[in-house]
Amino acid sequence: MSAIGYTKAGRRPRIGDYLRDAALYLIILIFFLPVLWIILTSIRPNMEINTRPPIWIPRELTLDSYKILLGWPTPEGAFGLGSNIPFGQYARNSIIIASVSTLFSLTFGTLAGYAFARFAFKGKNSVFLGMMLARAVPGIALSLPLFVLFARLGLSDSILGMIITYVALNVPFTAWLMDGFFRAIPAELDEAALIDGCSRWSAFLRVDLPLALPGAAASGIFAFLTAWNEFALANVITRTPASRTFPPALYEFTGQFVSDWRGMCAMSVMMLIPAIIFVALVQRQLMTGLTSGAMKG
Amino acid sequence: MATISVTKSPARARVFEISADEAKRLPWLLLTPGLVALAVVVAFPMFYSFYLSFTNYDLTRPTTEFVGLYNYIKLFSNATFWQAFGRTVLFMTLAVNLEFLIGLAIAQLMAKALLGRGLLRTVLMMPMMFAPVLVGFQFKWFFNDQVGLVNNLLFTLTGQPHIIPWLVQVPLGFISILVAEVWMGTPFMVIILEAGILSLPTEPFEAAEVDGASGWQKFRHLTFPMIGPFIYTAMAIRSLDLARVYDVVSIMTGGGPGTRTELIWTYVYRLAFTGHDYATGSAMSYVTVIVSFLFTFFLFRNVIRSRWEGRE
Repeated sequence: MSAIGYTKAGRRPRIGDYLRDAALYLIILIFFLPVLWIILTSIRPNMEINTRPPIWIPRELTLDSYKILLGWPTPEGAFGLGSNIPFGQYARNSIIIASVSTLFSLTFGTLAGYAFARFAFKGKNSVFLGMMLARAVPGIALSLPLFVLFARLGLSDSILGMIITYVALNVPFTAWLMDGFFRAIPAELDEAALIDGCSRWSAFLRVDLPLALPGAAASGIFAFLTAWNEFALANVITRTPASRTFPPALYEFTGQFVSDWRGMCAMSVMMLIPAIIFVALVQRQLMTGLTSGAMKG
Repeated sequence: MATISVTKSPARARVFEISADEAKRLPWLLLTPGLVALAVVVAFPMFYSFYLSFTNYDLTRPTTEFVGLYNYIKLFSNATFWQAFGRTVLFMTLAVNLEFLIGLAIAQLMAKALLGRGLLRTVLMMPMMFAPVLVGFQFKWFFNDQVGLVNNLLFTLTGQPHIIPWLVQVPLGFISILVAEVWMGTPFMVIILEAGILSLPTEPFEAAEVDGASGWQKFRHLTFPMIGPFIYTAMAIRSLDLARVYDVVSIMTGGGPGTRTELIWTYVYRLAFTGHDYATGSAMSYVTVIVSFLFTFFLFRNVIRSRWEGRE
């Protein structure tokens, strides 16, 4: 945190500093408004939602939408499109797929990043560029051929298929970030470890890896959010609740003539909660990781 | 930048005490798991769709014949494709620059904030945590002409009912999807640019303070040039993300009405899946992917150059 000392170095906050902060809070509030509106909609009675003229201040609050989603009894019984959604099943799929794929893409990406950062080898630039190119291919372009391939391999509509897909999607960016984090660690450190009798692997495990952990946290955020939120491929590969994740499930709230906005908002909030917890836990490491030099050049 | 010398130093292999043979093998061993995953999920499907783009493949047709360059010729004379292509480039340019300007302003304010930076950062990152499909659904609803948040706000503020068809009228549809995309993408810019500002050394700023430089002068002549690499990285990553934009637009407007907000990937989807013309869709994907490859190559050539200059 010393790096920002210049702004506050040795002087008390002036009125201008408070005004600047006020402006910041205002801008962030504007960015936060849609989120606030979604949360508010999820806890209002249905009749207050789509009215003209609009009702801004809720007259009563209710958790019915969440109860319907979770299959708990509500005073009016279950209603709306959300009542038919196997929420627990989707939650289980999403959590398994996002966390396992994040773990694997971090492992593979860390190994690849270490190779890029610490070794000079023939074809390094081509491999690196190839990985970045792979990242430039959108899910839509992959969806049909991947569907055909997975059907042949027996991976379509399976959690394993989804995990493999997301590991591949996340490896390039993870490898790139980890390369930067490893390069920010002075090579003298593991040279010293080797002189002290560490093997190459234990030097990697005891010196490089612990120092790169903030970087891994940063990469983990991006990998987790991609896996948690990806739609185009999930929509094609997951055909049934057996493997369906949250993003394609959102479509189930929209019918041809009516949409269950409140139910969708409730599910949106439920989808956000794990992401918020995860980000809140690692945001400090994220900033440490990003300032340590991964982004330079 | 000092660490770059590490990789090109021949002393490195000696430090690791590995034979020349092992030094050649080991990095490939480390790369293998990631490359295998990429081969299955990205490389193979891309080869397969490359093959399909030379056929008349159709999910509903029993036989598939080789048609040579027919799909590509059809594509190059397709005005809608080129319009969608141009619109995508315009969309990308506008979105990435807006995100950069707003992101830089917030990052600068954030780096100087007196308190609550961790909480502010978590709140600001919420749009990043939204699934793009979710952003699409929510903004479609906000911009709904009958019951949307935006028209409701106008109603309350002006006292008159406004039924502005945000997603239908010509520039408004494009603006609406732009707003949704900028809302979703700006936090990423803020995070990277704030990291850039926080990583700056303090001495030049202290010296400038002694010389009586104004806040703007410090920003213009110190902060801005010094965070250049971060700006480059953030804009490169966002440009590539925006080149793939699909989810948000597909839900908000589906490229319509007609083709008014059609971007490349909504058009590919319309052709391939709705129109059952998968072969032309493949050809179109290919042309677009090759353009983004060139773009990626151009962007990352600089990254590679600054990272491992003078390899081997």
